[in-house]
Amino acid sequence: MVAWFHVFPLVTPGNRNPFRGGPEQAAGEPVKLPQSPAVRVGLSISIATGLYGVSFGALSVTSGLDFWQTMALSLLLFSGGSQFAFIGVVAGGGSGVAAMSAATLLGMRNGIYGMQLNALLRPRGWRRFAAAHVTIDESTATSTGQTDPAEQRRGFWTAGIGIFVLWNLFTAVGALAGSALGDPKQWGLDGAAVAAFLGLLWPRLKGREPVAIAVVCALATVLAVPFVPAGVPILVAALVAAVVGWFSHGRSDEGLEPDVDPYAEQHQGAQGTGRGPGEDA
Amino acid sequence: MTLWWWLLLSCVLAYAWKLVGYLVPASLLRNPRMSRIAGTMTIGLLASLTVVNTLASGQSLALDARLGALAAAAVALWFRAPFLVVVLAGAGAAAGLRLLGWN
Repeated sequence: MVAWFHVFPLVTPGNRNPFRGGPEQAAGEPVKLPQSPAVRVGLSISIATGLYGVSFGALSVTSGLDFWQTMALSLLLFSGGSQFAFIGVVAGGGSGVAAMSAATLLGMRNGIYGMQLNALLRPRGWRRFAAAHVTIDESTATSTGQTDPAEQRRGFWTAGIGIFVLWNLFTAVGALAGSALGDPKQWGLDGAAVAAFLGLLWPRLKGREPVAIAVVCALATVLAVPFVPAGVPILVAALVAAVVGWFSHGRSDEGLEPDVDPYAEQHQGAQGTGRGPGEDA
Repeated sequence: MTLWWWLLLSCVLAYAWKLVGYLVPASLLRNPRMSRIAGTMTIGLLASLTVVNTLASGQSLALDARLGALAAAAVALWFRAPFLVVVLAGAGAAAGLRLLGWN
């Protein structure tokens, strides 16, 4: 999915800094930021993820939100999956409550990421509140993919801030372009939404079990559509998925993958981005 | 106007999820069942959103050009195309099929 990552050669953390620890290291140590592997990965993931803010912006305005509602989602909600979920429910004629519920349930995993990052980075004071806002799939994966604490910190902030800036910039571009398009169906924008959701789902389907969960939830959705108001079938599927998660025993980090894998090269064949909640103490 | 309120409430709740991980004692969230459910629910919601956007029109099911978009996106993903290319493939397939007369 990110073939062009080959353009940015990934440096393996070989010459690791012996002085581990706090943020003061970045200032005091002669580590040039462009040489930091985590910063490189963070920058390239920022560009890849930021760019697809265009599709969010365009789809959002064509699904009935105005420019500032679209920008509010990217600036304040700032979590790609939840933003697409919100506009996806609105586009399908669902109510505001249903849109909010879908977006909120989809945001639950960010709480798990927050807990992992809190254990890894231990941000203090105002940094903790800033870190929370940019805690998303990609910044978490960029950080947990590193082994050196200083690199973990750099990776998180580079990806988090980089994606935030570019995602909002390109959301605005997409929203302006989308409002100029006219009839969205003529341009196949409803098809673009379908593709976007499949694109978000795809990287999480590693192995037989997540595929089975996806199929069961898809079936539950289809069965529910004729019987409940628009938007509610998505919540039915969420309930089914939660029940499956409660009663089954699989990988505890299943489904917790970024849309764009920052370490795509290393992960050919390998599974998972690293730390589960119990591994760091 | 009411949409604005639901939208802003969504933003508050999204931030609350994120912040909870930083503020709540790790032992509370360390329960593997919590991250397991967060994961299965992510998969379930995205699968459901894909299906709804492909098949639902209001409260009925319809087979139309969006099915072509789904197929085109799957092919693009299979060949590891970047996200933006996947989205364009979906749009192109739906627009193209409509030009050919399949709604």
